[in-house]
Amino acid sequence: MTFTIPIDNGDSVKNAEADSQRTLYPYVTGTSIVAIKYKDGVLMASDMGGSYGSTLRYKNIERMKAIGKHSLLGASGEISDFQEILRYLDELVLNDNMWDDGNSLGPKEVHNYLTRVMYNRRNKFNPLWNTLVLGGVKKGESYLGMVSMIGVSFEDNHVATGFGNHLARPILRDEWHADLSFEEGVKLLEKCMRVLLYRDRSAINKLQIAKITEEGVTVSQPYSLKTFWEFQAFHNPTAGAQGSW
Amino acid sequence: MDLNLDAPHSMGTTIIGVTYNGGVVLGADSRTSTGMYVANRASDKITQLTDNAADSQVVSDYVRYFLHQHTIQLGQPATVKVSANLIRMLAYNNKNMLQTGLIVGGWDKYEGGKIYGIPLGGTVVEQPFAIGGSGSSYLYGFFDQAWKENMTKEEAEQLVVKAVSLAIARDGASGGVVRTVIINSEGVTRNFYPGDKLQLWHEELEPQNSLLDILNAAGPEPMAI
Repeated sequence: MTFTIPIDNGDSVKNAEADSQRTLYPYVTGTSIVAIKYKDGVLMASDMGGSYGSTLRYKNIERMKAIGKHSLLGASGEISDFQEILRYLDELVLNDNMWDDGNSLGPKEVHNYLTRVMYNRRNKFNPLWNTLVLGGVKKGESYLGMVSMIGVSFEDNHVATGFGNHLARPILRDEWHADLSFEEGVKLLEKCMRVLLYRDRSAINKLQIAKITEEGVTVSQPYSLKTFWEFQAFHNPTAGAQGSW
Repeated sequence: MDLNLDAPHSMGTTIIGVTYNGGVVLGADSRTSTGMYVANRASDKITQLTDNAADSQVVSDYVRYFLHQHTIQLGQPATVKVSANLIRMLAYNNKNMLQTGLIVGGWDKYEGGKIYGIPLGGTVVEQPFAIGGSGSSYLYGFFDQAWKENMTKEEAEQLVVKAVSLAIARDGASGGVVRTVIINSEGVTRNFYPGDKLQLWHEELEPQNSLLDILNAAGPEPMAI
């Protein structure tokens, strides 16, 4: 697969019909999002980091945002593309409100819209470099789905992006069950986030948990988790074999 | 563009923007290098966009053009957020061609002093302070320790000068003089701190005119008291 260098038709300032350029790699990225369905709706967790390569450059980025009345969007990957997606969704919600027909976009519709956007960009070799998690509740029905940067889209009872795929999913498969209470749900998410903190280099210890129910969206204040380092084995790990680690 | 996917590019420079109680202070070094040669040792990397906002790279000409039109239509000075968003638009839509990380700082009557960081890719992040350029690598730890909320104008400027000076000490791509721009409700003030007026850091020596001065000062004159 070759990426051709675009002809200079890409400057959308000087040329109204500029073609899309090809995004080759991300710059400022967010790490995992973990989300689960629970008794009253959906809970979603993310940290507030924006990494710039290996530097933990930004530590106050909100990667979860409310969309309309019924949905919550979490994003990992390139933050500028997430900001652009929020602009698209702003327009979508605005147009929906302008109908003034008493109806409002539910999570299924938003998820479908995002799937179309992501897949079409992928077909043009110009992806939005994100993995998105869309959760929501409408008319008592909880919904949780995910779309990747290549347009792979599905729903499930629990989802995770990035490192969360490898570290959080096994925990969720084991311990998730239907009708979790809010407290159980938060504890489960925190368990996943703590493991990510230990094992994901791009994770930072400043996270938010967002909740969406029939009533609406609440995003918690930022907070930090305690971590445990007092295993005996950690104190003198190379005692038995000098030179090892 | 080279394909080193892990290390983002960083421009040969140090740029800083800091908010304080009443406005913002922007600072930068003055070195422009082409490869290993210093093409300009006294460049001015802080460019004014309007009467009340400033930034530090090439994109500013387009933005100034848009902002002037916007100001005419609006009938009053543009806000800092508008400047930041215009730059974001250019940075994001041309992300494959632009290699600039910018800091936008200014003052408007609605929000007071604000700093927006716009790194590669076109993300916009409002921050109490922002650092950028290759020299900024050496300043993350420094700011983590030295930054405080609600500084005075003098404290903020001193912090910026100290920081750029520290970056210059360690970053080969940064050097020359430290330029600062202070923006608040009263307007825009530009200051200039030449290299030899800055504090000395580790393993740096007091500059002399010549070795001869040192040798002559070393021993007392034969008949001196």
